[in-house]
Amino acid sequence: MNRLEADARHPVRFTLNGKAVEAEAEPRTLLSDFLRQQLGATGTHVGCEHGVCGACTIVVDDMLTRACLTLAVQVDGCDIRTVEGIAPSPDRLSALQRAFRRNHALQCGFCTAGILMSLDHYLSRHPAPTEEEIRELLSGHLCRCTGYTPIIRAALEAARLATSSEETSDA
Amino acid sequence: MKPAAFDYVRAETADEVLSGLTQEGGNARVLAGGQSLMAMINMRVAKPKLLIDIMHIKELRQIERKAGAVVIGAGVRQAELLAWPGLAEALPLVALALPWVGHAQTRSRGTICGSLAHADPSAEMPLALVALGGEVHLRSATRRRRMPARDFFAGMMLTARADDELIEAISLPVLGEARCAFREVARRHGDFAIVACAAMPTPAGIRFAVAGVADVPTARDWPRLEGSALDDALNGFAYELDARDDVHATARYRRDLVRSIGRDLIGEVLQ
Repeated sequence: MNRLEADARHPVRFTLNGKAVEAEAEPRTLLSDFLRQQLGATGTHVGCEHGVCGACTIVVDDMLTRACLTLAVQVDGCDIRTVEGIAPSPDRLSALQRAFRRNHALQCGFCTAGILMSLDHYLSRHPAPTEEEIRELLSGHLCRCTGYTPIIRAALEAARLATSSEETSDA
Repeated sequence: MKPAAFDYVRAETADEVLSGLTQEGGNARVLAGGQSLMAMINMRVAKPKLLIDIMHIKELRQIERKAGAVVIGAGVRQAELLAWPGLAEALPLVALALPWVGHAQTRSRGTICGSLAHADPSAEMPLALVALGGEVHLRSATRRRRMPARDFFAGMMLTARADDELIEAISLPVLGEARCAFREVARRHGDFAIVACAAMPTPAGIRFAVAGVADVPTARDWPRLEGSALDDALNGFAYELDARDDVHATARYRRDLVRSIGRDLIGEVLQ
């Protein structure tokens, strides 16, 4: 039995947005803190730290995951996607991110990374969602700026544009 | 909001889990999906010395359809059961209740058995287990036992599991053609229920179960009741549940929900 001792740091390796990464973590280190503090991937935000607010939502092995309810040592060997991996290149936003921008679907931006991850994951599996489905999905996130309406609008618009490919460019 | 220190074991076999639980007793906790336990650990309500991760044990990750029952292993995630093709036919009550467990973002990781181990009085899976009369399969290094749902829940966030026992699986009876009904009232879909109720027919009449009011999910079996006899039974039950006021709702409102949802669901089931 391979017991990782509490007071030691242990190597943790996984794939982050397509790249192999490695750093050390104590067993008690949360994945949210590991991403931000050990790997410098600060796109994932940390809100409530008990799984309620949704700000730290990421994708682990194709599962939507609260990074604050996950230990770094648990994801050794996993495939992880965070908001840093959503855009196609450093100078371009994804279609979903552009829809957020057009629809003012963010204000302070604290909740945005988690919401983008949930929507990106959901839309890739359900390309033609209903408003009700988007509302249901967003119930796993708290946003205290927008009142959610512009987020729903952005999500539906992104889905519509992805299926109709009517979008050419925007600001 | 950071966990206190603990050792971590990624168990590869059930025996590793059982020997860890035997050695550490109440200082060890089984980590499955982590959607309840990790929140408790982050808030330091739980301060285990050892966490035993069971999600890499293949034998615990299975959903098995047996004669008259479905056996759900300790490592089966809520989203996996929701996506199981046999769910609506074999376990219609679970099919109705499971979408109310947490959010898509927590069902993806959280397990069925983990929700039962956590034993929140307003949680949906404990209600379903009690309503269906399921069994909890407990295993320690030296013994195996099956415990009926009504004996398993011992109080608010308290179960009859001994410190050295793993909840290996649960079994839920398949009811055949029985029509089930479920309804929940919460401030927001996915929040813990203010009141959640389930109803189903029994050979002698009706079973009605309630979560979110008493310390444990509670079921009552009645003969086929209608009209004022049903109202009286529901009113009596609502008071027996000993509702309390809290920040979410008053005791009176909870009793009222039990009466009105009860009338609706029982009507639906007896149609």
